[in-house]
Amino acid sequence: MDISKNFFEFFGLPVSFQIDQTLLSERYRELQKQLHPDRHAHLSDREQRLSVQYTAHLNEGMATLKSPLRRAQYLLLIEGIDTTGESSVKIDPMFLMQQMELRERLEDARDAADPFAELESLGEEVQSELAGLRRQFDQCYLSKALEEAAAVVRKMQFLEKLLLEIENLEDQLED
Amino acid sequence: MALLQIAEPGQSAAPHQHKLAVGIDLGTTNSLVASVKSGEAVTLPDGEGQHLLPSVVRYLCPLEKQVGQVARDAAAEDPYNTIVSVKRLMGRGVDDVKALGSEAPYKFVPGDGGMPFIDTAAGNKSPVEVSADILRSLLDRAAVSLGGDLEGAVITVPAYFDDAQRQATKDAAKLADVKVLRLLNEPTAAAVAYGLDQKNDGVIAVYDLGGGTFDISVLRLNKGVFEVLATGGDSALGGDDFDLALARHLAAECGLGDALDAGSARYLTELAKKVKEQLSSDAAAQLSVNVDGQQHDLSVTREQFDDLISGLVSRTLRACKRTLKDAGVTVDEVQDVVMVGGSTRVPLVREKVGHLFAREPHIDIDPDRVVAIGAAIQADVLAGNKPDSEMLLLDVIPLSLGLETMGGLTEKVIHRNTSIPVGRAQEFTTYQDGQTAMAIHVVQGERELVEDCRSLARFVLRGIPPMAAGAAKIRVTYQVDADGLLSVAAKEMSTGVESSIQVKPSYGLADDQIAEMLKASYSHAQEDLDARALREQQVEAERLVLALTQALAADGDALLSADERAALESEIALLRQTAAGSDTRAIEQGVAKLAKASDEFAARRMDQNIQRALQGQTIEQIEEKN
Repeated sequence: MDISKNFFEFFGLPVSFQIDQTLLSERYRELQKQLHPDRHAHLSDREQRLSVQYTAHLNEGMATLKSPLRRAQYLLLIEGIDTTGESSVKIDPMFLMQQMELRERLEDARDAADPFAELESLGEEVQSELAGLRRQFDQCYLSKALEEAAAVVRKMQFLEKLLLEIENLEDQLED
Repeated sequence: MALLQIAEPGQSAAPHQHKLAVGIDLGTTNSLVASVKSGEAVTLPDGEGQHLLPSVVRYLCPLEKQVGQVARDAAAEDPYNTIVSVKRLMGRGVDDVKALGSEAPYKFVPGDGGMPFIDTAAGNKSPVEVSADILRSLLDRAAVSLGGDLEGAVITVPAYFDDAQRQATKDAAKLADVKVLRLLNEPTAAAVAYGLDQKNDGVIAVYDLGGGTFDISVLRLNKGVFEVLATGGDSALGGDDFDLALARHLAAECGLGDALDAGSARYLTELAKKVKEQLSSDAAAQLSVNVDGQQHDLSVTREQFDDLISGLVSRTLRACKRTLKDAGVTVDEVQDVVMVGGSTRVPLVREKVGHLFAREPHIDIDPDRVVAIGAAIQADVLAGNKPDSEMLLLDVIPLSLGLETMGGLTEKVIHRNTSIPVGRAQEFTTYQDGQTAMAIHVVQGERELVEDCRSLARFVLRGIPPMAAGAAKIRVTYQVDADGLLSVAAKEMSTGVESSIQVKPSYGLADDQIAEMLKASYSHAQEDLDARALREQQVEAERLVLALTQALAADGDALLSADERAALESEIALLRQTAAGSDTRAIEQGVAKLAKASDEFAARRMDQNIQRALQGQTIEQIEEKN
């Protein structure tokens, strides 16, 4: 069953952190055209059920490969390292200090004169941090320094969570 | 020139036969039915040439009811038996409908499981039954207009409908005895009707403000694929709210308090609706209000009306901004903005939406009909009438699905705007030593606290072996199908103890209730029901045999050994024989047997499809080969 293949193989893409987003989207659409339940609506119930399973797998694959964090976690999972649950990986104190600072700024933004501008600049900063971590992950992964790569993923998780909180606060302020 | 179709040897000509399928827009204010006729999707009129069917049902006595305009005309005179805007009650609990207050001036009776029933001259009616009556009226119209048996219907729902509202809509269809080919999101349907005309690839935003619901969907169009990137909205905000705001204003102008009787409230709302419509073209409207034997002559200007609704319109704009953010696109990237729903005729709405997206929104398509048209186009494809159509609709869930964890908090399992169908599993554990059961509370919504989310269902996983707290591993799996409907399963991993449910909304009808209602709605005798059951199984058998025969002709040689093929063919022959008889049970078993026997073949075909997709072959190339 193709469903047992890993997502990269399922999409016919090389197992790598670097990914061609245009090709990924193209493959996604091509696979959808073959697998989606609407394509099998006039066939037997069993084929329809199968099609739902395959499409769910395809959607899960797309969601996994599209997001850099989830893609990184997935690459490590293929190597037998699960970074999705609770982790005992040690984070260096410098990074934690920096996180606390960023969080304080998030808290302060609520009362800033122009909270939206403050949140935007905070968001940009986090994004550029993330971009750096992504490069770092790629290097670690390529050189098979997997433990180190896992530590980078842990940092990425922190920052992605912060991004989400920035967005939530923006939503709250808009309401 | 007429083209004759010649069937290939071994292939039946039957699949080329045009199957009758309809698209239904089951709206808050008006409903429509459309179908593809001679290659063009058109809405179907009633005997008097009316396309819009007012979504109003009046119950006169147990056996008599009116649906449509006649019922609407009686709304003020007979408010308790005349149900308007029933869509607002779908999938809602007693407390929700009470919160609607004067918007729903009915006598509610709580039913089992907290579902509200409306006390009418025809007895207690659930919102699902009222919707089914509207659907029946549309289906009757289609049967007359198309002259034949329907294969099924695509029924549209607001994109922002939650699971309970979707399930209630599907239940209404079941009650109206029509096969649902797909529940389709209204803005996606509109995009189909709009996009197929334009043939432009790119990002479009569909702003859909109906009578009682608001949706905003952002889609990417690419060579016939309509991919919804994100959707947002409010399933309790629409033109009705404009009417109510204006009606309250009129009541205040006449010196009337809030405590209006049901008839006067309905009268003022209907009056407000007319004034609103007039203000879409005029700068001011004159009216006279007759209540309690007194006449009040009033005037309302468009500015006054704009003031009354500006807060409501702003709410829709905030939803637009959030949805763009979720879709990961900026305002500049949106090529076109399509306006759908009767309420987009309000000038303030057009102006504000145009301003937000910095472009003139498209209003050239009839905002009342576009959803039904799009649904009809998809129904045509799903019925199998367009085997080489490139069109494909990829949709998302509008609201996150999760469950309740310790302390009344929500843990999200599937996030909003995830593409469907989707399946996702998450592991949870016990919090007490020796805990042998786990209550699973399924909720939908974005908020942290369970009490702020919609409760969809509760069930209990029992038989967990006693272990220390935190030692048991319970895997909860969420599955959302292509209609956006959820089912949930829970499994204890060390023992394999399982429990699962098709999520039946907390405020929904149970399956046996539906069966009971369906039975009651038949005037037929038992023989008719038996004959019907037999026919249904025969159709099922025919469908399976036909699908398999075609599949064998296409891929049998490539994917099956001679023995495998012979075995399948003999199973097919067997089912054909059984289906010619009249033993319903035997046919049902035969269908199940053949379906199982062909399972492996179906899987191989699916794998082959994947290979083809990856080789970059187009559908046409593949079909040519076949």
